[in-house]
Amino acid sequence: MILEVQGLTKRFALHELGRTVDAFADLEFTLSAGEFLLVAGGNGVGKSTLLRTLYRTYRASSGAAFYNSHRGRIDLTRAADVDIVLLRREELGFVTQFLRPRPRVSALELVAEPLLFAGVRQEEALRRSSESLELFGLKRELWEAYPSTFSGGEQQKVNLARALIQPRRLLLLDEPTASLDATARAALRERLAALKAEGMAMIGVLHHPEDATGLLDREIRLEAPSGSDARLLEALEADYVA
Amino acid sequence: MTTFSADFSTRASQPPIQLEPPRLEIAQPILEVRDLNKSYGSVRALEEVSLELYPREVLGVVGESGSGKSTLLRVLNLEEQPEGGEYHLGIPPYEGRNLLQLERFERRALRVKHIGIVYQNPHLGLRMNNTSSGNVAERLVIAGERRFHALRAAARGSLEVSEFPISRMDDPPRKLSGGMQQRVQLAKAIALKPALLLLDEPTTGLDVSVQALVLDTLRRLQRDLGIAMLVVSHDLGVIRTLSDRVVVMRHGRVVESGLTDQVLEDPQHPYTQQLVHAKL
Amino acid sequence: MSRLSELTHDWQDHSYAFLDEASKRELRRKILKAIAIPGYQVPYASREVPMARGWGTGGLQVTLTLVAPHDTVKVIDQGADDSVNAANIRRFIARVAGAATTTDTLRCTLLQSRHRIPEERLLEGQILILQVPEPEPLRGVETSSAASAVLHADADYGLMWLSLYEQIVRHRRVILGASYPVMVGGRYIMAPSPIPRWDVPMLHQAAHLTILSAGREKRLYAVPPYTDVRPLEFDDVPFRIEDQGGEVCYRTGAGHKFLNELPQDDGSSRFELSDSGYGEKLLRRQAGETVEIGATYYDERGGFYHDDLLR
Repeated sequence: MILEVQGLTKRFALHELGRTVDAFADLEFTLSAGEFLLVAGGNGVGKSTLLRTLYRTYRASSGAAFYNSHRGRIDLTRAADVDIVLLRREELGFVTQFLRPRPRVSALELVAEPLLFAGVRQEEALRRSSESLELFGLKRELWEAYPSTFSGGEQQKVNLARALIQPRRLLLLDEPTASLDATARAALRERLAALKAEGMAMIGVLHHPEDATGLLDREIRLEAPSGSDARLLEALEADYVA
Repeated sequence: MTTFSADFSTRASQPPIQLEPPRLEIAQPILEVRDLNKSYGSVRALEEVSLELYPREVLGVVGESGSGKSTLLRVLNLEEQPEGGEYHLGIPPYEGRNLLQLERFERRALRVKHIGIVYQNPHLGLRMNNTSSGNVAERLVIAGERRFHALRAAARGSLEVSEFPISRMDDPPRKLSGGMQQRVQLAKAIALKPALLLLDEPTTGLDVSVQALVLDTLRRLQRDLGIAMLVVSHDLGVIRTLSDRVVVMRHGRVVESGLTDQVLEDPQHPYTQQLVHAKL
Repeated sequence: MSRLSELTHDWQDHSYAFLDEASKRELRRKILKAIAIPGYQVPYASREVPMARGWGTGGLQVTLTLVAPHDTVKVIDQGADDSVNAANIRRFIARVAGAATTTDTLRCTLLQSRHRIPEERLLEGQILILQVPEPEPLRGVETSSAASAVLHADADYGLMWLSLYEQIVRHRRVILGASYPVMVGGRYIMAPSPIPRWDVPMLHQAAHLTILSAGREKRLYAVPPYTDVRPLEFDDVPFRIEDQGGEVCYRTGAGHKFLNELPQDDGSSRFELSDSGYGEKLLRRQAGETVEIGATYYDERGGFYHDDLLR
């Protein structure tokens, strides 16, 4: 078992508005190594919020999410911040549709960066970075260029190449396929299949679940709890800066 | 359904779930301060401030001017003596000692060897009329280097790592742009591979494009040298780019601390919510 | 019963050796402090003497404080015993103290000097008193004396090293001539007064006591016997003394000594010993007299008498 979620509840408190917004309540599910769990549900039911709560971008209001790390079992909702930093560096991955390009940093370097932070040597990191860019079909002439000048589709390829360059123990996917062409979607599916075969567990929010056909094992369906406000929740989720 | 309820807001202003102490991170903090207090007359600049910084970590400190964040930085740089509290760095031979009780000489030796600082105002950190390379070399000379060619090489190396154009290494900072001056400060700060790098609004006052480049250099340095950094800024963008964790200060107190993305995306304290939304 | 007049001095129009006893006591105390903290600048009151500030009043006050009737005093200015300034000071000291005078370095007990140390080695028991125009070695790099005091207190000499570093960057060598900064006893940086670099090594592990005194700036400092005095230098850019260019003194034939250049009408130059007392003794020996000449700091081939200083 990789993850055991028990009674997980998220409620936003908006002090300025003097009100709270409920996202989800009392979620229960488990996830094993190599499993892919789809999070389904309509708009504004807090699908992204769930992923962010597990990644600890959001703080849970109650409940627990026990994660079996290589280093031991820990509740993601209560783990010390430095423990989460450590897990994010080593085991937890989060893929969104947003890339944050930086001036004067080439696509190749940007993709290699997570490896460099993990202590991989420069040449090795760049080699694996080019493999990853190759896989997602970014044109070779763009590898040395700066992604800030790229189209949305090209940026997304760089983003995926970067996000999936390291094997993770648990990967959270938040609509990673928006604005991707068919080739890149196929590449993503191929990469996820490979990582899944290696035992990576995944939780995904997917606009087009057919992108992951054959990979999905189970699904949980979120419904808006009483006290929720779909519009406000959507607005909150949209505030997010990757 | 929406609810307007005083009951909700009081419940929500407490942290939803209390965090546990670190269990997976086995390294000891490189920096630890406990219960720092400092007043200027009737103004409480620091009130019971406690925080820790782990090896290779970047900690952001945000707050408006007057929040006490600059005082905190001066205390951490041993420039300012607080009224009480403890300050520990996990560096031999200082381990276990409260650095606030060091003798003047020890304090200076510690600062030169183990703490680097980049000030917002380059006049505080640099000798504007001396050469840029000399500004860097001075640190090494104070630490005991007596070979001219070694000084020269080390200054050049440090400036290179800080992405400073070497052809200008003997120009005085007063003739350089603001971005270049910050790079000289950075080169000087990292010349002795300090255990701790303090950044005081390192990019405030720079052009947006220059700011991005300096931030990028800082990220690279942090990645390649693994220096623990503490960055003070009122600019949430800077904090987001650089730091793993962040503490939010107001009126000399830490009102919230957490992972950078969490504090910016799901702030818990009413003040932090205000601060974060002010940026949107 | 003795009479009052037997118990008191006769009336005098000045105190012994000109300075009043209270002033001399202050100076003795300050000198002791300076000796106790080698290289540290001790402030003192600096009294009026019948000479303008800037003409050696600091050195004169120290000499007048230390001199006794049994002393033998030598006074030089740029190495010369016979310059007007040196001659006047020497006569003044002799008159107010009743001390003997000499031009022979070996025979003097007190040697007051401006800008030189003699070529013959000073010995234990002798006191060298150097006149100092600017006692603060950090003046060139830090204009505030309050700030300099803090730098000395912290032994924070980064700025001084920075200035050497930049001289080498800009000029490929250290361009300081006179008053080359030295580190005394591994603690204080000191201005050795405007002696040439040639003389600087003579202060290192010297047998004699050196007292340096700035009358206008009102500070004195000292180098006790057998104290380390090392010029600031980088390991790979060593301190260098002035090159005498293989020239010899045209009057005595002496080489490897500090020489004065004498421009000639035809555009050429002649050179003579800067140390006139030494030159005089060489000439007398050459004329057949029996003259005792002391060992010199630099030998006939230019070798310095200490091994561990000049490289």
